[in-house]
Amino acid sequence: METAETPFEFFTVSYLTRIGNQSACTLTEFLTGLQQCSDASIFHHTFQTLSSHHFLTEGFSNDFAQWAHADANREDLAEQLAALDVRDYLSIAALRSDLCRVVGDYCAAHPALAGQSALERFYFCESVEVTLPFGLTARTLEEFRKGIAHLSHASFYFHFISSRLRLQLQTNDFSHWLADGLGLGALADSVNHIDIYTNTLDSARAQVLRLIDGEERKG
Amino acid sequence: MSEVAIASRIPLEEYAALLGEGEIDELRVLAKPLRGRSIEMINSTAVGGGVAEILNRLLPLAEELELNMRWEVMTGGDDFYGVTKAFHNALHGAPYHADPKDFEIFLACNERNRARLPLDAEFMIIHDPQPAALIDGRKKNGNHWAWRCHIDLSHPNRAVWDFLDKFVARYDAAMFSSPEFSRALPIPQYLFYPAIDPLSEKNRELESGFVARTLAQYQIDPLRPILTQISRFDRLKDPIGVIRAYRIVKRYFDCQLVLAGGSASDDPEGAAVLKEVVQEANGEADIHIIELPAWAPLEVNALQRASTIVIQKSLREGFGLTVSEALWKKKPVVASAVGGIPVQIIHKHTGLLSHSVEGAAYQIRYLLSHPEIAAKLGENGYEHVKENFLITQKLKRYMTLLLAMERAN
Repeated sequence: METAETPFEFFTVSYLTRIGNQSACTLTEFLTGLQQCSDASIFHHTFQTLSSHHFLTEGFSNDFAQWAHADANREDLAEQLAALDVRDYLSIAALRSDLCRVVGDYCAAHPALAGQSALERFYFCESVEVTLPFGLTARTLEEFRKGIAHLSHASFYFHFISSRLRLQLQTNDFSHWLADGLGLGALADSVNHIDIYTNTLDSARAQVLRLIDGEERKG
Repeated sequence: MSEVAIASRIPLEEYAALLGEGEIDELRVLAKPLRGRSIEMINSTAVGGGVAEILNRLLPLAEELELNMRWEVMTGGDDFYGVTKAFHNALHGAPYHADPKDFEIFLACNERNRARLPLDAEFMIIHDPQPAALIDGRKKNGNHWAWRCHIDLSHPNRAVWDFLDKFVARYDAAMFSSPEFSRALPIPQYLFYPAIDPLSEKNRELESGFVARTLAQYQIDPLRPILTQISRFDRLKDPIGVIRAYRIVKRYFDCQLVLAGGSASDDPEGAAVLKEVVQEANGEADIHIIELPAWAPLEVNALQRASTIVIQKSLREGFGLTVSEALWKKKPVVASAVGGIPVQIIHKHTGLLSHSVEGAAYQIRYLLSHPEIAAKLGENGYEHVKENFLITQKLKRYMTLLLAMERAN
């Protein structure tokens, strides 16, 4: 059995939601908020909300899209915001830029709607992160599988979704280690292609485990 | 002040069986750096009310994780509680004429309690306005103080808030149930949700026989749709609005309405509201108005489980934990978009929100016409509560706060 020189260390993460001092009632205010809020706020309403709402696999993508849909009643804008996939972004700056572009273009195209009040305000919040070692490490594929099967949702999310920002690569912690640590490039790619928007964290994890099982059967 | 007796401990394994071993191991990981360090919760009542109910379930869980968490209850005379009740209503936006004597009574009581308590735990968590001035007793040992506000401060009486603000601003952090309730403060403000215990009598699984007996006891027909609102008899819960919404629905569906709430016998306002509700119902056989004892968790559990749709048509709400209780039982919920309810009801995903009697009636009709959508909302709602509003998540949030406060210093 292949043994990695550098072990995979499992971590867990816990988030507090810090309430910011910005809110928006109209699309114009919403755009200003998107331009001015902190990076931690963009992270909170896109990456982090995917973890806390992972069980919603039909039509929920991020808090911004949900507000445009449910409170601002702008379905077309909501669809455009929901279509932004966090996996395409290696930095918060790039994600913010696209969010602002989508909302800015919409406001420019519909000036009469930009000033209309939404049913409820949007409050810009931030994620405050505390990470700790989960107390598990893996050097082999078998140990790695065992670790993934045992993780909490938050820990799975930390390695599988938010890791992209940390790695600054179009990949996740699991795929990164499978490729670099065990030399399993094809498995790493398959894991990286699991759709996190149409899966819950549980079903995404089940897919990762199935892919590993397939690899083990080959070996 | 006196320390309180808390509920008996439930082994962590029972939570693990429900939530997964990994989730409980994660709590152990977070608890590890906090073991042996003192954490003290202080509030103003040992029984009754949501705060006491949550602390009662939180402490045994903290003990299971070997955390040194204590809970103490503030004591005061009738004059103090009279003043804090007036403050409470004023902070919710009710009319209040500021009387300097009220502030003196408040301060004197806090001072008496300060003198009796060491207030030297490494982490002090103070709940709600009543004990807020205990911060004056902060030691110079660098301990951490956080203020947890459970009430809606979106439209507070200016005089009362200005008075409290001077104390709250000296804490290290403040926690609110909704961003809407936060204030302009020079300290970090966090979103903290109340929580339910899935293993408590109010939320654990029940035998179907018990549910059937409960329905029979109140002469509710199990074969026709049951719409239920569980709330004390309070105008802010809009029981009259619920009856009006039900009457619209009744034109299209042969359904029943259950309005069940804690006893109104010791609450003059509650008794008056109950009378209004009975009057509005006008003896209609399919409207069941049930005055429950003050503590009737199993009956509440059974009524929620027997419901086809759960309603929470509040006009104002702190958080509205009955919504989470219903969602945990996989019930479709139609609720007003007020207070902390939209956090629990993500419109069209975990339930349906409404803004009026007519809106509530329409959403109920929609769900009665589309039971498959109602079931999906119930399933999603269950997952939402599991992920965000269980007592295990609450403790996780507290532990994260303590670690974050320590790191910030």
